[in-house]
Amino acid sequence: MLQIKPILAALRRHKAGTILIALQIALTLAIVCNALFIIGQRLERVRRPTGMVETDLMAIQSRFVGTEENKTSPLIKADLQALRQLPGVQDVVSLNSYPLRGGGWSTGVRTDVDAKNSKAHTTQYFGDEHTLGTMGLHLLEGRNFRADEIMQADPQALPDSAAIIVSKALADKLYPEGHALGKPVYIGDSKSPSTIVGIVERLGVPWNGTWTDSFYENSLIQPVQLVSSFTNYLIRAKPGQLADVLKAAPAALVKVNRMRVIPSERGVRTFAQVREYAYKGDRGMAILMGVVCLVLLAITAAGIVGLTSFWVGQRRKQIGVRRALGATQRDILGYFLTENLLIGVAGVAIGALLAIGMNLWLVTQFEMARLSLAYVLVGVVALLLLGQGAVLAPAMRASRVPPVEATRSV
Amino acid sequence: MFAYYLQLGLRSLRKNPLLTVLMVLTIGCGVAASMTTYSVFRATSNNPIPQKSSVLYVPQIDNWGPDSNEDNKGEPPNAMTYTDAINLMRDKRARRQTALYPTAVSIVPADPAMLPFRETSYGWYADAFPMFDIPFLYGHGWTAGDDDAHAAVAVIAKALNDKLFDGANSVGRNINLNGRDYRIVGVADAWNPEPVFYDVINTNGFDDPIQVFIPFTRAVELQTATNGNNNCNHDAGKGWDAWIRSECVWLGFWAELPTKSEADAYRQYLNGYAAEQQRSGRFRWAPNTRLRNVVEWLDYQKVVPQEAKVSLMVSLGFLLICLVNTVGLLLAKFMRRSPEIGVRRALGAKRKEIYIQFLIEAAAIGLAGGLVGLLLTGLGVMGVSLVFEPDIAKLATLDLSLVLLTMLVAIAATVLAAFYPTWRAAQVQPAWQLKSN
Repeated sequence: MLQIKPILAALRRHKAGTILIALQIALTLAIVCNALFIIGQRLERVRRPTGMVETDLMAIQSRFVGTEENKTSPLIKADLQALRQLPGVQDVVSLNSYPLRGGGWSTGVRTDVDAKNSKAHTTQYFGDEHTLGTMGLHLLEGRNFRADEIMQADPQALPDSAAIIVSKALADKLYPEGHALGKPVYIGDSKSPSTIVGIVERLGVPWNGTWTDSFYENSLIQPVQLVSSFTNYLIRAKPGQLADVLKAAPAALVKVNRMRVIPSERGVRTFAQVREYAYKGDRGMAILMGVVCLVLLAITAAGIVGLTSFWVGQRRKQIGVRRALGATQRDILGYFLTENLLIGVAGVAIGALLAIGMNLWLVTQFEMARLSLAYVLVGVVALLLLGQGAVLAPAMRASRVPPVEATRSV
Repeated sequence: MFAYYLQLGLRSLRKNPLLTVLMVLTIGCGVAASMTTYSVFRATSNNPIPQKSSVLYVPQIDNWGPDSNEDNKGEPPNAMTYTDAINLMRDKRARRQTALYPTAVSIVPADPAMLPFRETSYGWYADAFPMFDIPFLYGHGWTAGDDDAHAAVAVIAKALNDKLFDGANSVGRNINLNGRDYRIVGVADAWNPEPVFYDVINTNGFDDPIQVFIPFTRAVELQTATNGNNNCNHDAGKGWDAWIRSECVWLGFWAELPTKSEADAYRQYLNGYAAEQQRSGRFRWAPNTRLRNVVEWLDYQKVVPQEAKVSLMVSLGFLLICLVNTVGLLLAKFMRRSPEIGVRRALGAKRKEIYIQFLIEAAAIGLAGGLVGLLLTGLGVMGVSLVFEPDIAKLATLDLSLVLLTMLVAIAATVLAAFYPTWRAAQVQPAWQLKSN
């Protein structure tokens, strides 16, 4: 049924066109595979959970002006009190940072006081007993902080924390055999142990750069209220009242104490806005690559349509002769589809190699991950289908060439 | 003759509108994608201070030792300790030099109706103003004497001067920073180097221009916290004094070394300094120092975002595919006109004339593709903020040089793509064509 031999013979007479289509399919496959891969990676990051219940959550950044750093403790207390009194507010906490904020603290931690090197890298959150409730973290084991455990501390003179709460990822890293609850952790250079009193299911770090991928879920919370002019208030609104709190909360803060700066840009945000800002680059890159893929596929399809139409035009007479000799319309259609498939297969074979080569180069240049073969497979199928689709219209036209064409102008 | 060929070309383009539109769109898309990503790449790889980029240097001193910089391939920390910065300032081995850091400073307006607000603010030395070629609208920078006296003086930028003083000459008036008064000695005119080479570590290279400058010595005396990064390899101890004596790195440092011999001498001095620290027992490793100029520093700090490079690469690949496509379409188009070529050749046209005719036709397609590309580049540049941070996105603009480059690339690429199809067209045998038609 397949007429591969005559097709190959015909292609040999159209070397340039054949090579051009194959080359175009190959290059398109190489770029589309890598672009799809980039999209996949970015979307995976964008979908990462923080471990918090992100609805009804908002954040305010505030910095006191004209008060010495070490005298801000009562100011923060007054702020917290004012915020808690707002009708729509369910819970509030003052933190050094929160997931996806962009800046925060990190440190190495050990499980052995004499160990020279840290066993894991983690972010440090400093907050009081309202932290878990406000963030909406899921406590797997152990307990929350008690109010009497909370210390007031200068960020430059941090006391050792007797009790800490860690994320499950950090607990598993430090104690792979399990049972981390109640075990000691040595934070930074500290010689005195902090005991794990609680383990939460998940808590992300404040950053989202690729450099944090290795410790994205390693977090610990220390029962410390930092005494500093700079603080972040994380506020959980009662269900459905976020919009009201978003307006009322900053106004309440200014009313309590106007000698403060709440940045006009990103000073007051819902957590949805925090998340959108944090992943803006990733989402944008995915969109950009998506557009590139679509336009590329369209251009390749257009190229195939253009060249095949030209070939059909050139071969009208031969088609007429074949039809006159008894070939059916289906035979002609099949001929052009098969021809395209042959070129397509050659193209994707080269393209698959190019795609992998391009990815290897990107890996060395930009610390990207290795391309998974699934993407190449999807790309191969997509391009072969695209080729068949693009060739359909010119091939249909070819199949409609009447046998009488054979008799015209010899 | 040119006009005639152009006429022929346009007529042929009209004869096959679909193919023509396809080619024009293909070229337009390819060029627009490349130019859009290039606009970002150009902005981020810009030399922010070309007249001085080879004489301004960042010294680095390894105060952490081989244990701590394993991850960093043996490179010293990116910032400096207070101890080293002050020692280097005291030794004064460079023509001009400054330590600097972004200060956490809020402005308290005299008008009680206005709420306090923050602006980008840096603490540095008097040398920095002439060193970075900062232009002045009113007054001038402070003096080295002010540095020594920890004077409460400030330089503000034009934008802040407009906001606080309605653009009037504010020299001699006071500005309240963090609740304390500073006497304004100068108003700097617009100064906005991009990337912000002076503090790549804390800004990744892109930030709003500085609005407030205060003496470094004053900022430290008042224990003004840094608004930037602070990196420690060990616990700094408790309190401000312990922190500034610690091995924590948080300061930027710049030295102006106008000649190569001065730069070499400074390198030696840095090594000598590190050796002295080794002898005194502070460093337990051999001197490990670096001295990089602006260009080397921006390159080392990878200021050009990875996104900018990857997307430029992808779009160059995109342009290549568009060209391959154009080669195919042009081939189809030109070969379809074999009979016409045969007639022209039979009537005495030389191969060269066929070449010229078809290349001009291709150039016309390139021109049209360039115009479409320009339109799409305009859209693309507007969409840059989708992918890049606002600080970077605002730098990508469609200026005259980009417009010219877009047109040039479009035409050059199309003519290049037309070479093979044109060669094929010129090979047409007149006799053959005449016979079969």
